[in-house]
Amino acid sequence: MKFIKFLLVGVFFGIVLVKSEAVSWYRIYEMFRFQSFHMYGIIGTAVISGILFLQISKKGKLKSIKGADIYVPKKENGFTRYIIGGIIFGLGWALLGACPGPMYILLGTGIWTMLIAIAAAMLGTLIYGVLKTKLPH
Amino acid sequence: MQSILSPWPWYVSGPLIALVMALLLYFGKTFGMSSNLRTLCTISGADKLSDFFKFNWKDQIWNLTVVLGAVIGGFIAVNYLSDDTVTDLNSTTVIELKSMGFKNPGTTLVPDEVFSLNALTTPKGILILIIGGILIGFGTRYAGGCTSGHAITGLSSLQKPSLIAVIGFFIGGLIMTNFILPLIF
Repeated sequence: MKFIKFLLVGVFFGIVLVKSEAVSWYRIYEMFRFQSFHMYGIIGTAVISGILFLQISKKGKLKSIKGADIYVPKKENGFTRYIIGGIIFGLGWALLGACPGPMYILLGTGIWTMLIAIAAAMLGTLIYGVLKTKLPH
Repeated sequence: MQSILSPWPWYVSGPLIALVMALLLYFGKTFGMSSNLRTLCTISGADKLSDFFKFNWKDQIWNLTVVLGAVIGGFIAVNYLSDDTVTDLNSTTVIELKSMGFKNPGTTLVPDEVFSLNALTTPKGILILIIGGILIGFGTRYAGGCTSGHAITGLSSLQKPSLIAVIGFFIGGLIMTNFILPLIF
């Protein structure tokens, strides 16, 4: 039962990303060609809303369901892993027109071939895991 | 009802995505979709190949549940909450894509030229899915997050590593769309 809330958040997330067209391959293409404001508007208003939520929750001492402070884990400092990893992910994002969330959501919309992309993404994750200690971070 | 069935404007969609992040934080969790790929690797036995996959995957069941919900949400959205509105793309984008060989830009969420079962019958079709997937899986883990973890959660919490990662996302995306896609199609 305790997982139902997570299932519902996921359902909501899936619906929002389809209805916003953020799962559209074409919208991602358009974004990287600077031919539409749509995706920038989505990401921009999401980040602005997110900043407001976190600032207000900090000032208002909003607590989580368990009574703890609302907490976002800190990313380790660094540069190389973020820029190189980011570029590699960006290449895949623009090629498939989907990042990990939309990959799962598009599967739900009936794009069965996304299973191949998801399996390949697991393989990519596996390659990273195996090479991790040899990569600059 | 019509406003639900039509595509939602960006200024509605963006705050709703932030709400997903806020709800997960309220539940004591962090919004991050790519880490599920690592969990799926561990469940598949990858912990035998690298210590990176040695962790208690049961702690991540909540996140896999979000993924399951997202799949269901995608199903509900296309089957019950959509009319057949064509994506309102820039007319320049449509002309460009047609000249590259995409037949119906915007009539579906993804192009048949890449994602149809028919596309699987060509080496190019399969290679695009596999190479794209590998880049996404490798890149997100190397960068420690994807659009949800870095662009939404990381930027919302004003973290510099996430800003660097998002700049990387855009460098990669711009290179692919502007220089590599025209060579492929």
